[in-house]
Amino acid sequence: MRQLDQTYNTNWTILFLCWFLAALSTAGSLFFSHVMEFAPCILCWYQRICLFPLVLILAAGLFPLDKSVVKYSLPLAVVGWLTALYHTLLYSGIIPESIQPCSQGISCTEEYIDLFGFVTIPMLSLLSFSTIIALLTILNRRMSK
Amino acid sequence: MKYVIFGFSCVVLFFVFVFASSYYKGQQAEKFGFMAKENASIFVRDHSPTLGNDDAKVYLIEFMDPACETCAAFDPIVKLMMQSNPGKIKLVLRYAPFHEGADTFVKILEAAKKQGKYWETLDVMYKSQQYWASHGNPQPQRIWEFLPRAGLDIEKIKKDMNDPAIAKIIEQDMADAKTLNVRKTPGYFVNGKPLQTFGYRQLQQLVQSEITANYPN
Repeated sequence: MRQLDQTYNTNWTILFLCWFLAALSTAGSLFFSHVMEFAPCILCWYQRICLFPLVLILAAGLFPLDKSVVKYSLPLAVVGWLTALYHTLLYSGIIPESIQPCSQGISCTEEYIDLFGFVTIPMLSLLSFSTIIALLTILNRRMSK
Repeated sequence: MKYVIFGFSCVVLFFVFVFASSYYKGQQAEKFGFMAKENASIFVRDHSPTLGNDDAKVYLIEFMDPACETCAAFDPIVKLMMQSNPGKIKLVLRYAPFHEGADTFVKILEAAKKQGKYWETLDVMYKSQQYWASHGNPQPQRIWEFLPRAGLDIEKIKKDMNDPAIAKIIEQDMADAKTLNVRKTPGYFVNGKPLQTFGYRQLQQLVQSEITANYPN
């Protein structure tokens, strides 16, 4: 019984971290757009579409811990991750800018921040989605045992 | 216990966000205040149209776009503030034509300046804006229907507006807008201090605080 309790608590903590990361990223994203007033480009919006609901879905899965939360949140995280990957490659110039999909107004490759000389906004997004996917995968393994 | 952890995290995230916002805004205000002292020409260029007393101690700098509805909505408020504080406020207009094709309207304005009808033309533009600059269905050519109301020589406008000097003015203003981080219109600075949260009341407060600081009696 103790064992079971402990497993439950660890799983809960993993999901909680996942939620916290999504919430932190959402806050960061809102900070960039509302406080620093960087206009989000199309690709940013696609990533936001995947990120913002995660905050609610993961929170709902926490009370009580729901085994199917991975099933509902992983697709969002994967799509967000793919968009973030594409965006990062575009940003760093690995994919040439001529094929970028955003039109007039806001460029998807205009550099806004450059922390420590190499960290960009799409990179933060990619990092966040990667970690969320990793945590969800671990949780899935543990729960399907 | 789990609810407590969750709730606590929400509260922490919220306060970190609020704190970071106010810290960032404070930093920006400090930076622009410094710029206003060191490099006043970023805010007011020689070519910039101004309204009001030259000796006024409160400079209200507005980055505007003739096709921007919010600029049109703010125009009466700004004029009212100038009326109720006679001689104390000087309005400086800077161009930030972010709407598509809006530099044409700026060119018309600058051409109207040569006929001494700058403010009349701007007034006509703002009042007729809904007919030629509606977002769903912009019809920029319709602006010409309204321009004669300002008493302009239209043929002369059409000739003058292509003066490369006007294009240079727009270029300079856009460059300054970028330096000052103006991404939306209208963008206000009062004696170099940016309007931190947008709104009528906030602008009035900022102007009032500068009036109080500069006219202590």
